[in-house]
Amino acid sequence: MIHESSPTPRLAIKGMRKVYPAVVANDNVDLTVMPGEIHAVVGENGAGKSTLMKAIYGAIRPDAGEIRWEGKVVTIRNPAHARELGIGMVFQHFSLFETLTVAQNVALALPGKFDLAGLARRITEVSDRYGLPIDPRRLVHALSVGERQRVEIIRCLLQEPRLLILDEPTSVLTPQAVRKLFETLRQLAAEGCSILYISHKLDEIQELCHTATILRGGKVTGTCIPSQETPKTMARMMIGEDLPVIHHGEPGEGGEVRLRIDGLCHAAEDPFGTSLRNVHLEVRSGEIVGIAGVSGNGQQELLKAISGEQPLTERKAVQVCGVQAGRMGPARRRGLGMCFVPEERLGRGAVPRLTLTENALLTAHRKGMLTSGMIKFRAARRFAEECIARFDVRCGGAGSEAKSLSGGNLQKFIVGREIMQEPKLLVLAQPTWGVDVGAASFIRRSLLELRAKGTAILVISEELDELFEICDRLVVIAKGTLSPAKVTSQTGVEEIGIWMSGMWPESAAAGEPSHVA
Amino acid sequence: MLLKFEQRTEPSALMSYLSPVFAVGLMLASGMLLFLFLGKSPVEGFRVFFLHPLRDTYGICELFLKATPLMLCAVGVSVGFRANVWNIGAEGQLLVGSLAAGAVALHFPNSTSSLLLPAMVVAGALGGMAWAAIPSWLRTRFNANEILTSLMLVYVAQLVVSWLVHGPWKDPEGFNFPQTRMFQAKAMLPVLVAGTRVNAALLIAIGALIIGWVFMNRSFMGYQMKVAGQAENASRYAGFSAKHTIWLGMLAGGAMAGIAGMAEVSGPMGQITEHISPGYGFAAMIVAFVGRLNPIGIFFSSLLLALLYLGGEQAQQYLNLPYSISNVFQGMLLFFLLASDVFINFRPRLIGRKK
Repeated sequence: MIHESSPTPRLAIKGMRKVYPAVVANDNVDLTVMPGEIHAVVGENGAGKSTLMKAIYGAIRPDAGEIRWEGKVVTIRNPAHARELGIGMVFQHFSLFETLTVAQNVALALPGKFDLAGLARRITEVSDRYGLPIDPRRLVHALSVGERQRVEIIRCLLQEPRLLILDEPTSVLTPQAVRKLFETLRQLAAEGCSILYISHKLDEIQELCHTATILRGGKVTGTCIPSQETPKTMARMMIGEDLPVIHHGEPGEGGEVRLRIDGLCHAAEDPFGTSLRNVHLEVRSGEIVGIAGVSGNGQQELLKAISGEQPLTERKAVQVCGVQAGRMGPARRRGLGMCFVPEERLGRGAVPRLTLTENALLTAHRKGMLTSGMIKFRAARRFAEECIARFDVRCGGAGSEAKSLSGGNLQKFIVGREIMQEPKLLVLAQPTWGVDVGAASFIRRSLLELRAKGTAILVISEELDELFEICDRLVVIAKGTLSPAKVTSQTGVEEIGIWMSGMWPESAAAGEPSHVA
Repeated sequence: MLLKFEQRTEPSALMSYLSPVFAVGLMLASGMLLFLFLGKSPVEGFRVFFLHPLRDTYGICELFLKATPLMLCAVGVSVGFRANVWNIGAEGQLLVGSLAAGAVALHFPNSTSSLLLPAMVVAGALGGMAWAAIPSWLRTRFNANEILTSLMLVYVAQLVVSWLVHGPWKDPEGFNFPQTRMFQAKAMLPVLVAGTRVNAALLIAIGALIIGWVFMNRSFMGYQMKVAGQAENASRYAGFSAKHTIWLGMLAGGAMAGIAGMAEVSGPMGQITEHISPGYGFAAMIVAFVGRLNPIGIFFSSLLLALLYLGGEQAQQYLNLPYSISNVFQGMLLFFLLASDVFINFRPRLIGRKK
């Protein structure tokens, strides 16, 4: 029983410890969350944030430490138990069944009888109320990352949790949607729900959170009241030093065309997919082109058409380094000098249960890792070790399984693997999604270095800040069509934001060459 | 009370190797109970079933003889199983392989060439591959499920064997028995240990295990198949061909099963009859899973399954039990293995009914 007057913490953790082979993920971590408090947990990749949250949610068992839930010591056996207690969690790696609909997925997490029709109504209500539009009848495999996140959030909210854990929730939302989410979270907090907010976006934490706990290397390095700090002071607590400043350098001259998309049309095979209509785009060596857009507007389809995972009927629709590659599969396109970083890391960019050495082989096998069809494991391991060292991948070594890495570290590994193949054309989707400031800034710097060496780079991202930071030119994707290109310095967040809703001036689209010098 | 299975958050790798050991233990325990219910002494049953077959050199050689086709079929199908290509028609591929090899032997009844045997091995492999090619083509061309098509083709193969030995290939001097002529001496695999039946096919099988291990663990194609089995999207992302995976997975199984068929007819049998295989192709799937789809594991699990075959014969002779008792043991082994595997990934929990 909770006494109304006594300030019993909703959640109090003391001395949490979790050791993985070769890594101490949490070391003597304390954390206290009061009812109605929005509490930020901040830290770099591999700092132990996800491990701590998983322990609270019962997804892993801590090796030592005490969890008090509303004053009582509890052992959280599993996520179902956590949900019974009133803990909801929105994961960074989603935990949805791809072959089921939104409503069915939500139904699985809810106790009691299946009532899909009633549930669909409730989903629509919650999604309207919190500005998280989703059709409950859609199949999850057809949803974009942003939309999947909405499902996860709605699924938690339907259970009326008393503690809601959000792991990097804003990374795939539009600025307007972030504002709306914050309103939701404030409203929830005002109703007495506690919120654990994991993020690396320090400005958001300052805007939203009452208190913050900062982790570094598995240990708590400080707690603070974000409104009394600056992003700079918090960043210093987080990474132990000041962030390097990114020098963009001069906009590229624009060399030869490395990627030309010429009148690409592709009807989506998926009934919920977006069809691509008459897409034109050029990416030249030595420049970074960004594609902005709200998720679900054809990004996935465009990426698959470029990577070759969805081969096309028309040869000239996609041209890589001057070769008409429309009908080629991914392997042959890679042979032309293209590398690709997909938005899903586990299961697409990397095989979860294979080691990093084996994952290096996945795409980098052309870099001298094979002799007459046999694998040269030593060469693969050297490559993986070099990638780990050069891209600062925090892990237990080249022998660690991909799934044992935190999201950001795995991303650094995948980006590193693709960059180390010295591509002529590099295509990246959401390169820093869910990646902390230090690592994100590192990935962006690596891309700029690569651009300076003459690589053509195409970045598809839902984070506008990132695109403005690194891109020479920007285009916007909306409803399967591309806007004309804009030189980054000649446009602004407002204009691109408006274009993201599909409203760019027709005159600009008509006949204008996509490359503006 | 309700029994509920919850996913384990951190499945143990060690347990995936121990699970076959548990399965064998449970099979033995249930086997003893079975003997008890059949009115036999469990100790005596165990002795006759599991120890008696191995009492002398001849018995041990018989064990390796029976294990040979199991090793071959199991290592072949594992190549596909690792890539989620489910060739469960090894039995049919074995039969067609034996027919192809037999056709060579019967076509050259007077040949003294030392190339005859190698030609039969190749014919056996090609026969098995041809039979496996049908489901592969149906799968890659029409997306027909290879589990169903490869299984159905087993029965087609059995009927083809039956037709041949009752019809065109029947030994004219065989008193109308449904069997072919005996193969000539040059068409028989050399025996390894004098006075026993274990023959050179065992060396081929061990060679196949080694090649299988190298293929699965060291070759790039083997790696691609592992990726295809574990993460289809990653395989597509890397640009590995799904069709190659299916063809290779099926044909590897077909070739090995075909050689196993050849080894039967030109080894212990010396002719083709209606009863070439006591279900080796099906038992091989149990071998493959008990051996964790790993050639080293398959070596040991094929010996275990071979022992079940021999034990069944002994039980028939000395305990007056029907031969099908060895199928019962095979079934129990697979059942307990699958059950133990469930516990690797799931934890059982009793929950009280909500009031």
